[in-house]
Amino acid sequence: MDKSGDFRVSEDVPIINIHPLNGWVPIDLKEIWDYRELLQTFVVRDIKVRYKQTALGAAWAVIQPLLMMVVFTLFFGKLAKIPSEGIPYPIFSYAALLPWTLFSEGLTRSTSSMITNSGIMTKVYFPRLIMPISGVISPLVDFAIAFVILLGMMLYFGFFPTVNIIWLPAFILLALATSLGVGLWLSALNVQYRDFQYTVPFLIQLWLFASPVVYPSNLLPEPYRMIYGLNPMAGVIEGFRWVLLGTTPPSSLMAVSVGVVIAVLISGAFYFRRMEKTFADVV
Amino acid sequence: MTREISIRVENLGKQYRITQSEQYKTLQDAITRSVKAPFCRIKDILGPNSENHDQILFWALRGVSFEVVQGEVVGIIGRNGSGKSTLLKILSRITPPTEGTAEIHGRVGSLLEVGTGFHPELTGRENIYLSGSILGMRKCEINDQFDEIVKFSEIEKYLDTPVKRYSSGMYVRLAFAVAAHLDPEILMVDEVLAVGDVAFQKKCLGKISDVASGGRTVLFVSHNMGAIQQLCEKAILLERGALLEFSSATDAIHRYHHLMREKTFFDSIYFNGTLKHVLEFKELTINDKNPSEEIIIVSPSSQIELKVIGLCMEDIPRFRVAFSLFKDGTRVLTQHDVVEPKFLEKGLFESKIKIPPFLLRPGEYSVSLGGNQYIGHEWIWGADLAEFLVVEEWSSNYGFDDPGIINIPHDGERLMIK
Repeated sequence: MDKSGDFRVSEDVPIINIHPLNGWVPIDLKEIWDYRELLQTFVVRDIKVRYKQTALGAAWAVIQPLLMMVVFTLFFGKLAKIPSEGIPYPIFSYAALLPWTLFSEGLTRSTSSMITNSGIMTKVYFPRLIMPISGVISPLVDFAIAFVILLGMMLYFGFFPTVNIIWLPAFILLALATSLGVGLWLSALNVQYRDFQYTVPFLIQLWLFASPVVYPSNLLPEPYRMIYGLNPMAGVIEGFRWVLLGTTPPSSLMAVSVGVVIAVLISGAFYFRRMEKTFADVV
Repeated sequence: MTREISIRVENLGKQYRITQSEQYKTLQDAITRSVKAPFCRIKDILGPNSENHDQILFWALRGVSFEVVQGEVVGIIGRNGSGKSTLLKILSRITPPTEGTAEIHGRVGSLLEVGTGFHPELTGRENIYLSGSILGMRKCEINDQFDEIVKFSEIEKYLDTPVKRYSSGMYVRLAFAVAAHLDPEILMVDEVLAVGDVAFQKKCLGKISDVASGGRTVLFVSHNMGAIQQLCEKAILLERGALLEFSSATDAIHRYHHLMREKTFFDSIYFNGTLKHVLEFKELTINDKNPSEEIIIVSPSSQIELKVIGLCMEDIPRFRVAFSLFKDGTRVLTQHDVVEPKFLEKGLFESKIKIPPFLLRPGEYSVSLGGNQYIGHEWIWGADLAEFLVVEEWSSNYGFDDPGIINIPHDGERLMIK
C-alpha cells in the first residue's frame, strides 16, 4: 500500500519518528522556531510571576542596579579613585551594570530553568532548549525598565547618543548570547549535579570583578587587553560604554569576545542536546 | 475502507540505570571516597553513555511491538511497574527509548497528569493559556475554545483569582477542562481520571469517548478496568516490561484479572501485630465478590457487606475483628464484628459488617482489616488490603453534587412563618 497516497498523510499530519538517541544530537533550529509560541508563553509567565506578591513590584528592576551604582560610586569612584576615562563615575558604572545585570540574571535563571520546570519537563514534550532560552530572554524586561533610568542619567550628565547607538542591539544580543552559552552548559550540568546551582552565585561574583564594571579595561596595556576579551562580558560592557558614553571603541578586544561567545554558545548547545535525553529520567 | 496506521511500535525497549549507594565502612573511607568522587564524576559529566560499576541496569520495557490504526482507542493495562507509564513517556517523546523505534502519524497530546504547567500565582484565565500552550495548543486554538473550557470547568466566577486560592476540586476541574480541549490527532492519557470526584470523572470519561468517536487515536493507561472496558475497543496488557497481550479489551482485562489473582492479598506479610502468628485472615469479600479477582464496583443504593474468613490457631480470650474504610487517606469509618470483644475459639471463623446504602459518597475506598482486645496489648492489623469503588447513580435523586464527606438521606422541609 502506498502510504503517501492516503488521505490525511499530507502537510498537516507530521510523522514523528522515535528512536534511540546516542552520542551527539543535531540542533533542530526549525523545531525551536515552530515552538516559538511556547517560548513566548514561558517568557510571559516568568515576567508575570516575577514580581507577584512584592510590594515594590517592577521597581526592583531599577533598585538593584541603582543601589549597586551608589555603592560603587562611593567606594570605587570617590574613595579608591578608580579612573573612569573622564566620565562621571555614576554613569560610568551604571552603563556597565545594565548589561551586567542582564547577563547575570539570565545566567541564574537559565541555569536553574531545568530544575524549576522539571514538573513540566517530565510530563510534556517540547524542545528542551526552550527553557534556558526563556530564562535568558525574560530579564530583558527588567533591562528595559532600568534602561529608562540610564537615559535620564545621560540627559543629566549631558551625554547625547551618537550614531553609534545603532550598535546597541548587537551588544545586547552579545550579552544574551553570553548568558545563554554559559547557561546551557550549567543548566545541563545542573540536572545531574546540583552542585552547579551553588556555584552560580559565586561564579557571578567572581565574574563581576573580572569584568570592567567598576574599572575601565584600558587599565590593562594593549597585548593583555586583547586577552582580556576572552571574558566576553568585557566586550559587552566596553561596547555599551562606547555606544552610549563615547569612550574609545574596543575593537580588538571585541573581536576576541565575539569569537569566544560563538564558541561557548555552539559547544553549550551541543552539550545540552547530548545530555538532554537523560533529563526526564534524572531530574 | 483501509484504515491508516497511527502508531507503529517496533521492538521498543527502555533501560534504566539505578545508582547503588555505596556503603562507607569507615570515616576515613568515606572521606577518601568523597575526595576522589569529583575525579570519578568528570568522566560521567562528559557523556551519559559512560559506564559506571555502581549501577544496576534494568529494562522497564523491552521488545514491545504493536500497531494502532487511526481512530482506535487502546487501553494500556498492567500491574504497577509493568511499564505502562514508561511506554507512554516514550511515545510522547518525554524520554527516548534505549532500543527499537516508533512511528507516530500526527500531533500528539499527552495528558500524563492533571494541571501540567499550572502556576499557582497566576489566575485561572492566565493558567488556561499557560497550560494550554504547554500541552501543545496554539494561542488561536485556545482563544477559540476559551469559553468552552471555562464552561466545562464550572469556575466562571473565579476566573481571575490566582489558582493557589482554588479548592483542589476547582483546580482539577480547570486543569482537566484545558486538557480535554486539546485537539491533537493522537491523545495519550495516563490515569488522570484517578483524581476528582466521580461526577467529574464521568464527565471526563465522556469527553474522552467524544474525542475517540471523533476519529482520534487514543492511548489510555488506567487501573480502572470499568473505564477501559467502557472506552476501549482494544487493550495492551504489559507485564514486567513485556507485551503480554494485545487483543480486544475484554480479553485483555480477563487476562489481567488472571494475573492479579496470582497476587495473594492475604499473605501474613501484609499484617503486623502481636497476634500475627496466632491469627490468619484467609479471604476478604465485598458483597460476595473477591476484590483480588475483579474491581469491585458498588452502587450507592445498595448495602455493602464486608466479610472475612479467618483461621484462629489458638483460643483468644477477648477479641474483635475491626474493619476500616479509607478514602483519600482519611479514615472514613471503623466497624467491628462484635461490639464487646469476646472469646474467639480456635478454628475457622467468619466475620462481617454491613454498611447501609447511601452512606458512602462516590469514590475509591480502601479496606484495612485487623482486630484487637479493646483493652490490652494484643492486636493485628493489615492496611490497604482491598479496594472498591462507589459509583454515582445518575438515576438517583441523591444530591451527589452537594459538597461534603458523607451522605445523609434527605430529611428537610420548608415552611412559611405567618
